[in-house]
Amino acid sequence: MNTSTMPKMQARGLRIGFYNERIKKRLNVLDGIDLSVAEGELVCIVGPSGCGKSTFLGAVDGLTRIDGGDVLIDGHAVTKPGPDRAMVFQHDSLFPWRTVLQNVVYGIEIQNSMSKDDMNGRGRQLVELVGLKGFEDHFPHELSGGMRQRVNIARALAPDPELLLLDEPFAALDAQTREFMQVELLKILNRAKKTALFITHQIDEAIFLSNRVAVFSARPARIKEIVSIDLPKERSLALKHETRFRDLQAHIWRLIEEESARTGLVTAS
Amino acid sequence: MSATTDTHLPALTESEDEAPRRSFYAQHETTIIGTISVICFLFFWEYAVAEKWVNALFTSSPLRIIKAGTAMVQEGTIWQDLATSGLEFGLGFGLATIVGVPLGILMGWYRRLNAVLEPFVNALYATPRIALLPLIVIWFGIDLGSKVAIVFLSTVFPILVNTMVGIRTVDRDFIKVARSFGASDRQLFTTVALPSTVPFLLTGLRLGLGHALIGIVVGEMYGATSGIGYMMAVAGATFQTDRVMVGIIIIAASGMIMTQMLKMIEMRFEKWRVDSRG
Repeated sequence: MNTSTMPKMQARGLRIGFYNERIKKRLNVLDGIDLSVAEGELVCIVGPSGCGKSTFLGAVDGLTRIDGGDVLIDGHAVTKPGPDRAMVFQHDSLFPWRTVLQNVVYGIEIQNSMSKDDMNGRGRQLVELVGLKGFEDHFPHELSGGMRQRVNIARALAPDPELLLLDEPFAALDAQTREFMQVELLKILNRAKKTALFITHQIDEAIFLSNRVAVFSARPARIKEIVSIDLPKERSLALKHETRFRDLQAHIWRLIEEESARTGLVTAS
Repeated sequence: MSATTDTHLPALTESEDEAPRRSFYAQHETTIIGTISVICFLFFWEYAVAEKWVNALFTSSPLRIIKAGTAMVQEGTIWQDLATSGLEFGLGFGLATIVGVPLGILMGWYRRLNAVLEPFVNALYATPRIALLPLIVIWFGIDLGSKVAIVFLSTVFPILVNTMVGIRTVDRDFIKVARSFGASDRQLFTTVALPSTVPFLLTGLRLGLGHALIGIVVGEMYGATSGIGYMMAVAGATFQTDRVMVGIIIIAASGMIMTQMLKMIEMRFEKWRVDSRG
């Protein structure tokens, strides 16, 4: 990691609140988030349920209005979605009326950044990258959950974003598929050379995937701790059984438990 | 990197060709039983008439209906009636689609336009359009015009309302994806709202179909100079039960065939909806 260069993504004192109709009050969701992600880094965000992780990602993507502070991408403040970022949502939300290839090129089509031939060429390349060669003309309903999530990732990668934002992309998958997809995601990101922000509920997933794990506090969220993952760069599933992995897991779990206790979700022992 | 993932894809693709082999009967059981039950009913009907358990003047019988049908084909009047009714249906239904779909889309997309038109749509949708027939005859006479008008009015609301609902209930996740890629309002409309409305639109067309047939028959019975409904009214008034039955069968068959065709198209799109919710 080269610390002298500008971070790819930098959030500075980010604050976001929503007006809650039911209690007729403004609720602060994010209360001054400072986080920076270097080029090529994968940072995972974990935290108690409902702490505002998705809100944060939405703000980085430019979908959510920011109330205070700012988010910089390559030094430029984010105001709306742009082709330099792409979001992978938890529900694969593939358009059922489009084939795999047509889904993958959707972003390029919207941004109108390539000729039709180039677009389809790029689409095929990505379908291959995520390991779905031969499925280009299938419809989403013909694919399994894991395959659909691959298409979802390919769709986000297609416009060649510099920062990939993943909002619990594997949450809807079964445990086995999820583990395979974790390995697969690392491969894909390595090949595509992308910077990524990844939200998850699974602590092991966070440790396994990332260079650093940012632990959010309970709402209104702040960064409770940023845990550096000092595991070998080459990751395999066997890593999950090693002592260091488990220590990290226990450490992060304690942090989240403390926060959850504050919200009353978990009773303090 | 780990090699474990290599086993992943083939395992997934295997499930593709798992269609189990089943016997012809097992595959078509419902259809076969249904056909047999209809045939039994027809035999019983014919037999009951032959044994004079019932009066054929009231009930007719399968053979008499066939005989009446062939006679009508030979006379040639049936073609004129079919052409009239067909034209009324085609014009009315086509016009309703041309008006209902775009208007439904606009009302679904623009909240204010919806606010302006909704009271009228709701009122007319709730009214049995047949009740407007006397008015329509005063306005359009007893020829083609009044039938097209009644078919149009019968059909346009189901089509319009369903299209509107389709546009309004576009999956929020789809919108988020489109927005995240920076889609403009216009792009959101053409790439997300329009295609996801197709299944709703087809449901609207199918519902409209039933209303259209009612409109034709009642319209022609009320006042006309030709058409299937007119033929049935005349035959009924002169106690030609067999001919009335022929008319009923024509109407029922065309309704079933068209509904079935639309259902098949609908099923194709329905697969999108169900399975996309993984």
